Amino acid sequence: MSKIAIVDYGLGNLRSVSKALEKVGGNVSITGNLDEIRAADGIILPGVGAFHEGMARLSDLQTALLEAQGQVPVLGICLGMQMLMDFSEEHGLSAGLGLIPGTARRFKRTQGYKIPHMGWNQVSLSQDDDPLYSGIPDGSFFYFVHSYWADSPDQYLVTSTEYINRFASSIRNGTVWGTQFHPEKSGEAGLQILENYIGMV
Amino acid sequence: MVLTRRIIPCLDIKDGRVVKGTNFIGLRDAGDPVELAERYNEQGADEVVFLDITASKENRGMIIDVISRAADRLFLPLTVGGGIRSLDDIKRTLRAGADKVSMNTSAVEDPSLIEQGARAFGTQCIVVAIDVRRNMSDNPEATQVSLKDGTTCWYEVVTYGGSKPTGIDAIKWAQEAEERGAGEILLTSMETDGTKDGFDIPITSRISDAVGIPVIASGGVGNLEHFYDGFVYGKADAALAASVFHYGEMTVSEVKDYLIERGLPIRPPMRR
Repeated sequence: MSKIAIVDYGLGNLRSVSKALEKVGGNVSITGNLDEIRAADGIILPGVGAFHEGMARLSDLQTALLEAQGQVPVLGICLGMQMLMDFSEEHGLSAGLGLIPGTARRFKRTQGYKIPHMGWNQVSLSQDDDPLYSGIPDGSFFYFVHSYWADSPDQYLVTSTEYINRFASSIRNGTVWGTQFHPEKSGEAGLQILENYIGMV
Repeated sequence: MVLTRRIIPCLDIKDGRVVKGTNFIGLRDAGDPVELAERYNEQGADEVVFLDITASKENRGMIIDVISRAADRLFLPLTVGGGIRSLDDIKRTLRAGADKVSMNTSAVEDPSLIEQGARAFGTQCIVVAIDVRRNMSDNPEATQVSLKDGTTCWYEVVTYGGSKPTGIDAIKWAQEAEERGAGEILLTSMETDGTKDGFDIPITSRISDAVGIPVIASGGVGNLEHFYDGFVYGKADAALAASVFHYGEMTVSEVKDYLIERGLPIRPPMRR
């Protein structure tokens, strides 16, 4: 059975991600071991918190993710998605893994909008046939919690969402996907995303 | 496409069991928090809050078991409050599967706990719960709030479940909590809590205007319109309620249908 590695680098609610994947039939291990991640058939990069700390903690596990492009399906969630991109504006400008073109930018303080963007918001599908969104209707609701938004060229956009400005709520480059929202906290729609992911592994 | 307002049922948990009665039909065990939370999930709850009111230190660990069971079965955001007094408590709670921790008295007594938690785990998981009470005494230092009847008062932070006045101005404390790294404010007014007369609109809207982070209104819901008022006049980002849901007076889906009808952005309840 295909094995999915959830990258454990000391940040994020790994248990929820793991249980949600198991619920839809995934064979999952939570691991911080480079060899184990390299051997996996799919890699999930979860994460909440600060970008620079996430990158620092990821340390030599970055190698496994860089090697995965074009080889196995990778799914970055929330901070995990932002770390897949080129840069984050957090703390000046920090470099990410560069697997999907784009930059994480801080939401601009705007009258009438709270930061973080916290709660359920809708996604608008930019592509009709992305396998991650199979069976997910346009306008479905997902749970978001973030203060930085993904700015990525249109060709990498899978879905977009509006809050203060339009941002990339999911992106893809080759075999690497990222979702800004938390599929593991987004009820049935989120479980469908994870089931679709497992289908690709 | 806009961010929706959230409806959040809160469960009071003592020694690992739900306290306060439940009128849910078809629950195998009305006292099991996880089973009740799952029922709320089916009704379309946007998040769930577990408030641990366990008194004895020995039984504190029971909430951890409840959180892990909930995290295994509930694919919704889960906030846990009550008895969180140290960075270690925060860590244990999040490790077990909670997404956010809520701190009340402990944050007032040691505000650095907010910073420590935010630095270690991110601001998004630190909720500062603020209990407030109206104070009519003269206090030129405090922020004056106008009430519906034309009088003014200031709102004082109270701790230990509303029993201890602190002399702290609630609006200033909310701003300080935000500066220290809180990601959200859970505001309960002791004036309205348990009254079923509706949320305390004056202080909810003042705090919502005073901070840049989301505010959850709590205390006083008795009917559907109260939710509407809390969002529209109280400017709350989310509304929390306990007894109206527990006693089956209304379901989360009824609240959501009503608010959608009134034109508010709400994630629709699930249809089966």
